Amino acid sequence: MWIYLAKRTALAVVIIITAISLLYSMILMVPGDPTAVILGPRSTPEMREALRADMGLDRPAIIQVAGFILNVFQGDMGIDVFTNRPVSQIVFEQLPYTIILIIAGISWALVLGIPLGCYSAIYRNSFIDKLTGVFSVGTIAIPAFVIALYGLLIFAVQLRWLPAIGAGEQGDLWDQIKHLILPAFAIGLGWVGYLARLVRASMLEVLGENHIRTVRAFGLPEKIIIFRYALKLAILPTIALLGVGVGYLLSSSVFAEIVFARPGIGKLIYESVLTRNYPIIMGSVLITTIIFVLCTMLADIVNAFLDPRMRENL
Amino acid sequence: MDMTNNFTARVKRSKFLSLLSRFARDPLGLFGLILVVLMVSSAVLANWIIPYDPIALDILHRLEPPSMAHIMGTDQLGRDVFSRVIMGGRIALKVALVSISLALSCGLVLGLIAGYGPPWVDRLMIILFDTIRSFPTIIFALAIVTLVGPSMNTVILVVIITTIPVYGRIVRAQTQSMKNNEFILAERAMGAGMPRILFVHLLPNIIGPLLIIASMDIPAVVTIEAGLSFLGVGIRPPTPSWGSILNDGYSFIRNTPWLIISGGIPLILTTLGFTFLGESLRDIFDPKLRKDI
Repeated sequence: MWIYLAKRTALAVVIIITAISLLYSMILMVPGDPTAVILGPRSTPEMREALRADMGLDRPAIIQVAGFILNVFQGDMGIDVFTNRPVSQIVFEQLPYTIILIIAGISWALVLGIPLGCYSAIYRNSFIDKLTGVFSVGTIAIPAFVIALYGLLIFAVQLRWLPAIGAGEQGDLWDQIKHLILPAFAIGLGWVGYLARLVRASMLEVLGENHIRTVRAFGLPEKIIIFRYALKLAILPTIALLGVGVGYLLSSSVFAEIVFARPGIGKLIYESVLTRNYPIIMGSVLITTIIFVLCTMLADIVNAFLDPRMRENL
Repeated sequence: MDMTNNFTARVKRSKFLSLLSRFARDPLGLFGLILVVLMVSSAVLANWIIPYDPIALDILHRLEPPSMAHIMGTDQLGRDVFSRVIMGGRIALKVALVSISLALSCGLVLGLIAGYGPPWVDRLMIILFDTIRSFPTIIFALAIVTLVGPSMNTVILVVIITTIPVYGRIVRAQTQSMKNNEFILAERAMGAGMPRILFVHLLPNIIGPLLIIASMDIPAVVTIEAGLSFLGVGIRPPTPSWGSILNDGYSFIRNTPWLIISGGIPLILTTLGFTFLGESLRDIFDPKLRKDI
């Protein structure tokens, strides 16, 4: 287990370092003056010169990339050119909103998807099972931002049941929850079906195994067999998927935040794209990527902890 | 000789017929096929279908609800939404086909190299693939857009960069599992060069499942194109795209629901159609790829 832990952590660090180098060399690869890209078309030559010295662009590329990596590991991602505040500070201000949204989205999907998957596996080929199958494929296929738009159109604009924009009044928990419902619905819907399918498939596999037959031979009630013995194994692929899922959720939360005008990383990046504020974009991409890498790592480690067979897969 | 030929032809035909009948018994697959045929034919025949010029302005008739003259209404500039939806489908399909085939070819070559080449190349490739896959797609796409500037080619570039690792990994795994097979070893013993082994012997064995996986990626690519265009960083206006129709609809959501409805429905139907068809094709041709039992 410890060897696995060390190897997996090393892999995550290597990936993060490669990611930073890739991102940073992307700026260097773009034809033209990177400072002009960062400062936009209206910048003066003096501003560009100052920024070039600031960013150390006069040094060789390798040294620049190495310096940037060192800075990132010290928590320094540069200064926002527009507000003169540290990029990390701006990004971390917005991060909690996105994390809350993602947790809300995945939670309701888990609460609905896992029982639905178990039910479909137990009552295989029943009406509910078939309905779940169609529903799963359907909701996985529909883009999250279309669901967000339709949710906004139906529940906020036409029916006026839920608020349309913002994250709610600071300190008013009920208001904040009301603002969270639609975006969380939009980013979670596809996951309900996905999880249900996954749990159903692995549950069917587990139910055919010997130890379940043994438990059944002892005459334990079906409910206990499913929830105490089978689910413990059947949940493993779901845990592994959740790590990867964070990446997709980060992407779909960009849309949810923009459609519902919620603060968060997605909205921050989007606004920075429109103003071509490159330091902020780099910072946000880095932070979200690091979060994603850490989540997949965590999922892998939990998986390896629960299922020793996984430890060999590295 | 003639008889054996006749026989194999008959076996082939009955195999084809049984495939067809299995397909017909799968209502979702059939539904998907109908949607896909509708979508593809409307994209191919777009120029004959559209009743109006999709970028012609008609300010006097702006934001009109559906009517006999404009069956999906008009947008904020008075453009006919139906014509824009049809042309938008053409753009979506074009982006999907171009980017997936390019990504597939690059992924194929890189995956073969990683799977067949020396271990250090393999390790390097895997780290590169894993790194690219660890960027959240849309967020990474926004970074690329800022650098390169928004356009259809940028959308294609984004899709290529983010999907090469997916294909590359599959090809690599397949190559590795196959490269010690006897027929490859025999070929090597007879002195075949690496390109010959890779492209004449390994490739035909890998390409089938890969094509099925690639066809199932079409909805994802259509979604990325529409998503980026919705954010205003994809297809440049006035060229119609489902995403930009949705963006117009979002801006005027309090005036009229029709823009969002007409921009979203074709997007949903297309992704559904390709997904249902893809699932059904995969089950028929390669049950091994199926994840659930």
